[in-house]
Amino acid sequence: MYLSPTKGSTAPLMSQKAIEGEVIWQENNCTACHQLYGLGGYLGPDLTNIISDPRKGPAYAKAFFNSGVKSMPLFNFSDDEKESLVQFLKHVDRTGYYPNRNAQFGADGWVTIEYK
Amino acid sequence: MRRHFPLLFIALGLIALLIGGLIGVLISITYLDPTFLKEFIPFNQLRPMHTTTVVSWIVLAATGGVYYYISQEEQFKLYSSKLGVLHFVLFALTGTAIYLSLLSGNMGGREYLEYLPILTIPILLGWLLFGFNYFITLFGKIKNRPVYFWMWGTGIVFMIYHLSESHFWIFSDIRNDFIKDMGIQWKSYGSFVGSWNMLIYGTAIYLMSKIKKDDNVGRGKVAFFFYFLGLTNLMFGWAHHTYILPNAPWIRYVAYAISMSEWIIFIHIIYNWAKSLSKSTKAENILAYRFLMASEFWVFVNLVLALIMSIPAFNYYMHGTHITVAHSMGTTIGINTSILLASVTFIVQKLSKENATANKTIKLGFILFNISLMVFWISLIIGGIYKAIWVANPENNVFSQLHESSSSVFLIFIISGGLLFTSLLLIGLPLLKRLHAFYLEKTQW
Repeated sequence: MYLSPTKGSTAPLMSQKAIEGEVIWQENNCTACHQLYGLGGYLGPDLTNIISDPRKGPAYAKAFFNSGVKSMPLFNFSDDEKESLVQFLKHVDRTGYYPNRNAQFGADGWVTIEYK
Repeated sequence: MRRHFPLLFIALGLIALLIGGLIGVLISITYLDPTFLKEFIPFNQLRPMHTTTVVSWIVLAATGGVYYYISQEEQFKLYSSKLGVLHFVLFALTGTAIYLSLLSGNMGGREYLEYLPILTIPILLGWLLFGFNYFITLFGKIKNRPVYFWMWGTGIVFMIYHLSESHFWIFSDIRNDFIKDMGIQWKSYGSFVGSWNMLIYGTAIYLMSKIKKDDNVGRGKVAFFFYFLGLTNLMFGWAHHTYILPNAPWIRYVAYAISMSEWIIFIHIIYNWAKSLSKSTKAENILAYRFLMASEFWVFVNLVLALIMSIPAFNYYMHGTHITVAHSMGTTIGINTSILLASVTFIVQKLSKENATANKTIKLGFILFNISLMVFWISLIIGGIYKAIWVANPENNVFSQLHESSSSVFLIFIISGGLLFTSLLLIGLPLLKRLHAFYLEKTQW
């Protein structure tokens, strides 16, 4: 699990900008409210595919970072920090789907997920 | 008096339980009033304070219990009480530093380990001191010992490893690969919960053998079979967290196969429960006995839930919903806290004089604890079903609509959570008072 290539997706490794975004994500403990692949807090929405969602996307995400809904903390991200966060979420988006709407269900209870 | 240092762990653990419970009630209110406390301390700082504090209760109470049982009940000469005190001081200081880290907004931001990552170093050091003291104390004396000694030792060793494993993301090879990072992170959480379960379930078996005055409870092939089954699950049982991650298929197959082995535990529980119906076991230590019996019930209902969650087809819908919260609350409160309260009441009854009023308050707390937890647990499952239905419809994309439609469930969840906290006060305060009275008696530090 540590050494072998574990991912089924063909997403590349994270860029430096995406890593910077992940650092911001962590330092502000975004996972307290938001989920990625359904893992994280429950107060806010899952953000795995927010970037590729035709109804949302990068501009929508950026608009929410500093002035989101009432329950969001009062963040004051710079434009550069917002771009880093978008690059992180863009990377996450490229790794797969959540919810995995085209998953196939087997009679034995197994679920074959769709990989990107 | 230094030899009584295990009680420091237990007292601090009880305080953590009460503070963690209070913070839990406060953060639950945010689900109905999103601006609640936002100006003072936002949710992203308050939630980790809750999770860290309640995890501290589990770790401190389990650790204090193990130290107490080996040194006071089993009468092994502890290798070093000084190291035990140092372990306590290290944990207490680190706990303070974690609070400062979260209050000042200096966070590491990994789920359940949101404090500054560097603070894991003194925590690991504390576990190393614990392990050193434990193994040196028991070295050469462990032959033909009951299973709980093995479980405690295993819990310590694996806690050290899996707590380290949860920080592997600091290595760039792992961090740069998001899916691998997520897979390892959530696998390690399953494993270190498995590690503290080794400490707690070992404590449960220990208590059962002491209350029933039957040492065979922790001996024999069956006891050791379940120990090894638990160990396998500890190492490989990451199933329900990671099914939905686009990991390599073999990781998902292994997780599924291992999680299904828990059916054996489930069937064993039903078998034993049916068998025990014909018995009329009289327990001398009624409070500890009741908490242990309650934990058996919670093991049963949570295992049912866990087994359903471990079937990928069900997990697909349940994952990421409050059903997983019901699972974690059911196990940490219903099972872990019940067993640890059994352990604490067992120890307190040994140390201090019977107090009828205190016992009455604890019994009242015990009843309220189980009823409110059941309502709390069910409300979380209903909230989870709401979300699963909402997520299943691709047309739904405004998250606040889900929140609004779930508001009545959140109200029940908040009220039952408040009652649960009240029950913890009814149980915890008399126990703390009796521990305090014991300390006043022993003034010669």
